[in-house]
Amino acid sequence: MTTVVTIKGVDKVFPSRKGADTVALRGIDIEVASGEFVSLLGPSGCGKSTLLRIIGDLLPPTTGEVVVNGKTPAEARRDRDYGMVFQQATLLDWRRVLANIELPLEVAGRAPAERERRAREMLDLVELNEFADHFPWQLSGGMQQRVAIARALTLQPELLLMDEPFGALDEMTRERMQMELMRIWQQTANTVIFVTHSIPEAVFLSTRVVVMSPRPGRIVGVVEIDLPQPRQFETREEPRFFEKLVDVREMLRGAEE
Amino acid sequence: MLGQSTGGTIPFTDVNLPIRTDDRSLPHIWEIVGSILAPAQRGSDEPLGLVLARASLVTFREALAGFAAGSTIGVLLGLAFVRSPLVERGLMPWVIASQLIPLLAIAPMVVLWAGRYRLPLWIAVAVIAALLSFFPVTVNTVRGLRSPSPTSVEMLKSFAASPTQELRKLRIPASLPYLFTALKVAAGASIIGTLVGELPSGLPDGLGRQLLTFSYYYGSGPEKLFAAVLFSVLLGVVFVALVGLVERLVIPPARRVQS
Repeated sequence: MTTVVTIKGVDKVFPSRKGADTVALRGIDIEVASGEFVSLLGPSGCGKSTLLRIIGDLLPPTTGEVVVNGKTPAEARRDRDYGMVFQQATLLDWRRVLANIELPLEVAGRAPAERERRAREMLDLVELNEFADHFPWQLSGGMQQRVAIARALTLQPELLLMDEPFGALDEMTRERMQMELMRIWQQTANTVIFVTHSIPEAVFLSTRVVVMSPRPGRIVGVVEIDLPQPRQFETREEPRFFEKLVDVREMLRGAEE
Repeated sequence: MLGQSTGGTIPFTDVNLPIRTDDRSLPHIWEIVGSILAPAQRGSDEPLGLVLARASLVTFREALAGFAAGSTIGVLLGLAFVRSPLVERGLMPWVIASQLIPLLAIAPMVVLWAGRYRLPLWIAVAVIAALLSFFPVTVNTVRGLRSPSPTSVEMLKSFAASPTQELRKLRIPASLPYLFTALKVAAGASIIGTLVGELPSGLPDGLGRQLLTFSYYYGSGPEKLFAAVLFSVLLGVVFVALVGLVERLVIPPARRVQS
């Protein structure tokens, strides 16, 4: 297995004018191998979204080193190695669904014919073909988020970074989206880093859960989730699933003390 | 009319109306309409309506030139402000100051300057219209270009969009509803600017001159001034409606429903 992401000794400090700087992250070390699905799990304000943004070159680390595919995050972003999905779908409301998925291809300067072919493949992948000509606001929240996932995958990035993508969805939609994401992950074999504050979500989706402490965010421990692949609806009802929930929950509680 | 027909009181009460009206201060509508249809001058068979319509067209052309120039400057300033906060901090006070100069004071100056450089007078008028119309466009362009959420900007950055692409694919389309709101305000303002500018310029053909003339003869024919006012208002309404029409063509219906 090749290493896709290496994070060594990353600190993030947000300076403040009054001198009381906010330490968001302290001494973060993680390695993510190709094809892994790693969740960053922790309470609000533990810096997990900050860490994701540092990996994705949307924020610089204060100290420490991040290597993505043997490159700096800036180089990786320039090479379009990232696909990102946020809590808000951030679809452009003046573009139809297909044109929204074409956006990264447009930015990358691909030819119109290739753009449309590729965007339709992506619509196939998220099973929204019949909505190609809809406007984003005509779709439900879950469908919007599926379009956002399609858009993030359209340039076939090595690494998929997801920042609480299902956080704004209701519980039923959320579980359906988790199944959907598992199916997509099986098909695309992407490496995924997934930020969430939901324990069951992290356990159900991940091959590894990285548990983080409240501010300053540190890594408390890592739980390997060796539940059988592909994850199914029944996975959530297996005793092993509950054991893993307990492991993660205990580790989180340990972090707060 | 209401005042006279009810004897100066609110109907069915003894309460006096706040303003007493008579035929001098508020002519009857049929008198205004009648004056529009009647010949403008003794010994001519050209109705006043035609004269005013022709004057409106002249005023409209000047206003359109001012509106076009003002909107262009407004959009460019807005783009510059969003590109560079330093430019915004430096120029914004001047932009605001430009709106606080009394129009009546600056209009004759602009006309004089235009005369010194031998520019046609309508240009001076258009400059005054532009001065009034660029401000709302600047402010709303800035607002519109900054309207996308930080996450939308991150989304574009995640696949390495350049600043120019960020502007073209995200910020400019997002700013259009704001821009058109401003353009409607600017359209109305450009008519006002033109009318005021026409007064000191001495341009004989526009509505401004008609308003001035009829205000001289208010005592003998108030309905003519009201007719001229009516045409000024209609001109503004038509201009704003035209901008609204362009908006409908530019912004797809689906998006208007949502915003």
